[in-house]
Amino acid sequence: MTTAAPTMELVPDEEDRETYILNMGPQHPSTHGVLRLRLHLEGERILACEPVIGYAHRAHEKMAENRDYLQFLPNTSRLDYLSGMIYNLGYCQAIEKAMQIEVPERAEYIRLIVGELNRISSHMLWMGTYLLDLGGITAFLYGFDDREKILDLLDYVTGSRLTYSYGRFGGVTMDVDEVFLRNVADFCDYFKKRLVEIHKLVTGNVIFRHRTRGVGVMGADLGISYGLTGPCLRAAGVARDVRKDEPYGIYDRLEFDIPTEEEGDCFGRHMVRMSEMEQSIRLIEQGLRDIPDGPVMAAKVPKRIRPPAGDHYFAVESARGHFGIYIHSDGSDVPLRLKLRTPSFVSVSTMPVVLPGTLLADTVAILGSIDIIISEIDR
Amino acid sequence: MGPVASFPNVWIALLVATGVIMGFITINALSLIWLERKVSARIQRRFGPTEVGPFGLLQTLADMLKLISKELLTPKHVHRPLYLIAPVLVFAPLLALLSLLPVSETWVFHDYDIALVLLLAFSGLNVIGIFAAGWGSNNKYALLGAVRAVAQNISYEIPLLLAVLPIVLMTRSMSLYQIGSAQDAYPFVLVQPLAFVIYFISALAETNRAPFDIPEAESELVAGFHTEYSGMRFGAFFLAEFTNMVIVAAVATILFLGAWNGPLLPGWLWFFIKVYGLILMMMWIRWTFPRLRFDQLMTYAWAVLVPLALVNLLLTTVALKLL
Repeated sequence: MTTAAPTMELVPDEEDRETYILNMGPQHPSTHGVLRLRLHLEGERILACEPVIGYAHRAHEKMAENRDYLQFLPNTSRLDYLSGMIYNLGYCQAIEKAMQIEVPERAEYIRLIVGELNRISSHMLWMGTYLLDLGGITAFLYGFDDREKILDLLDYVTGSRLTYSYGRFGGVTMDVDEVFLRNVADFCDYFKKRLVEIHKLVTGNVIFRHRTRGVGVMGADLGISYGLTGPCLRAAGVARDVRKDEPYGIYDRLEFDIPTEEEGDCFGRHMVRMSEMEQSIRLIEQGLRDIPDGPVMAAKVPKRIRPPAGDHYFAVESARGHFGIYIHSDGSDVPLRLKLRTPSFVSVSTMPVVLPGTLLADTVAILGSIDIIISEIDR
Repeated sequence: MGPVASFPNVWIALLVATGVIMGFITINALSLIWLERKVSARIQRRFGPTEVGPFGLLQTLADMLKLISKELLTPKHVHRPLYLIAPVLVFAPLLALLSLLPVSETWVFHDYDIALVLLLAFSGLNVIGIFAAGWGSNNKYALLGAVRAVAQNISYEIPLLLAVLPIVLMTRSMSLYQIGSAQDAYPFVLVQPLAFVIYFISALAETNRAPFDIPEAESELVAGFHTEYSGMRFGAFFLAEFTNMVIVAAVATILFLGAWNGPLLPGWLWFFIKVYGLILMMMWIRWTFPRLRFDQLMTYAWAVLVPLALVNLLLTTVALKLL
C-alpha cells in the first residue's frame, strides 16, 4: 500500500517536467466506440496524442476478395452505420460505372431522396452526440427524436433502420409509394421549422459558443495536406464536395450550394453541418417535385457481375466526406482487390497535429466535432 | 428557543435530531431524484419513470434498494483507508449543515450566533471528502476530477462568501434565525439582487451541478472523482449531491428570499415552497446548458464574479454608512 498513486506513472518530458500518459479509450464515453487516444498530458494540457485504431477491424476489404460483387453489398452499409444508405448506393454506382449499366430515372430520384434523408439523420445524430460530449444532455434526445423520424421513413421503404442494402446494380430493390413521398414532404416541412429551433437552442447558446469558437482549428493547408474532406474541410473555407466536383447520379441537374465557413474550428464544423441539412432538404424537395414514374431497376443487368479487367474508381460524398471505392478487377466475378477510402480515417489522423496544446476538455470537443465513425476508420 | 430545549436530556435530543435529519435526507433525496428524472424527461419530451408505483414514484425507492443490496466492491489498487473514508467525509458534514437551518419561526434546532460562519465552514469540508475519493481511488480520471473539484470549490467559495457578507452587514447578525426574521417586511433579494445572482451561480458551482459539473464530467472523465465507487458508497455521493442542493437552496431562501415569511400559508410551507422552487430552477439549468470548460470556469469566478461581488460589497457598505 502506498500513498502515491501508482497508476500515475510520471513520464519526464524533454524539459524534465513531470508529465503522464492517459489512455483515453478504448472504453470511454466520448470516443464514440472503440478508439483509443494515447494522450501525453501535463496536468490537463495535452503535449502529444497518438490515436490507436483497429479495435473494430473486421477486414471488410479482405472479405471483398472472397465473395462476388453482390455478396459484398451488405458490407458497405456496415462501414458507416449512420449513413449506410450513401455507402450502399455509392458501391452500387461504382459497379454501375465500371459496367456501364444505365439506371432508370425514377431509381435515381429515389436514390437522391433516401441518400439525402440519410445524410440528415447522420448529421442530426452528430449534433446530439456532440452536445452530449459537451455536457448538454437534452440536445441529444432532440437530435435522436428527429433522426428517429427519418429512420421510420427509411424503414418504411427499405425494411431496415440502419443497414439498408437498398441499392442494387442497376437501380433499387423496391419502388416507393405515394404514402412515402407524402410523408417525406411532410417531414421536410416539419424539419425546416425544427432546424430553426435547434439553431436557437444550440447555436445561440453562449456556453456552446465558448466551448467551440476557436477550438480545434484545422486550417485549409492542414486539411488539404492531410486529405481531409467533407464538413471538416468545408469549415476551413474550401468548397469541395464530390456532389459538385464530380457529379454523380442526378446531382448535376439540381440546385444546391456548398456551405462553407472560414475559421475551421469546431463551431465552423457545426455550422457547416447545420447548413448542409438545409441544403439536403432543398435537394429532397426538388427530388419530390420532379420524380418521374417508371421502373426502378434497369431492364438489362448482366446475370453475373464482372467489371472489365482493370482499375475502377468511384467516389460519393458521404455525411463525413469523400468516400471512394477503388476496384481492381481481373474480369472475374470476384474483385482482385477492393480498397475503400473512408473520410473518418483521414479526420482522425489529423489528431496528433490538432490536439497538442489544448486541454483535456477540448479533446472531447475536437474529437466530437470531426464526426468519426470507428467502424469506418477500422473497416 | 426551539423543540430541542423541551427535551429533558441533551443526548436524547441529539439522537432524535439525527434521526429526523437522516430521515429527511433519505426522503428528500428519493423524491428529488424522482423529480429530477421527471423534470428532465419533460424537458426532453419523454415520460420519465412510469412503471413502479403511481407516476413511477417508487422507482427511486427500488433503485435505492438495489444500491443497498449490491456488494460493496473495493478495487485492489485503491488506497484503502482513504477510499473507505471518503464517502463518509462527504456525507457527514451534511448532518451538521442541516441542523443549522431554521425552517420556520418555531422550528429551529438551535439558534447559533455564528450560524453563518459554521455553515460556510462545514460546507467547505465537503471538498476534503471529494479529494480523498479522487486520490484514494488511485485512478487517473478520479484524480483529475478531484483536482478539478478542489480548484473549483475553493475558487467559488470566495464569491459565495462575498455575496453573503452584504446581508450580514445589513442585519448586523450572523444568526440565520435573525436574518430570516429581519425579512418580514420584504425579502433581501429586492435590495441585493446582484448578491443573490452571484450566490446562486457560486452555489451551483459548489454543488458541482451542471453547467459546473466539471469534477464528474462524464464525457471527459468517465465519472470523475467517484469513478471507482459502486453500490451504496456511490449512493452516498449521490445522496450528498442532492442534500447539498437542498442546503444551498435553503440558505439562499433564508438569506435572500425572505425565509419563512409569506402571506396566508404557514411559515414552514412557504420555506419549502421557496427551497424546492429554487431546486427546480437548478434542475432546469442542468438540463438546458452544456458544460463549461475548466479554464473558462476559473476565469469566470476570478475575473467576473469576485470583482462584481467586491463592488457589490463596497456599494452596500457605502449605502449603509450614508443611510
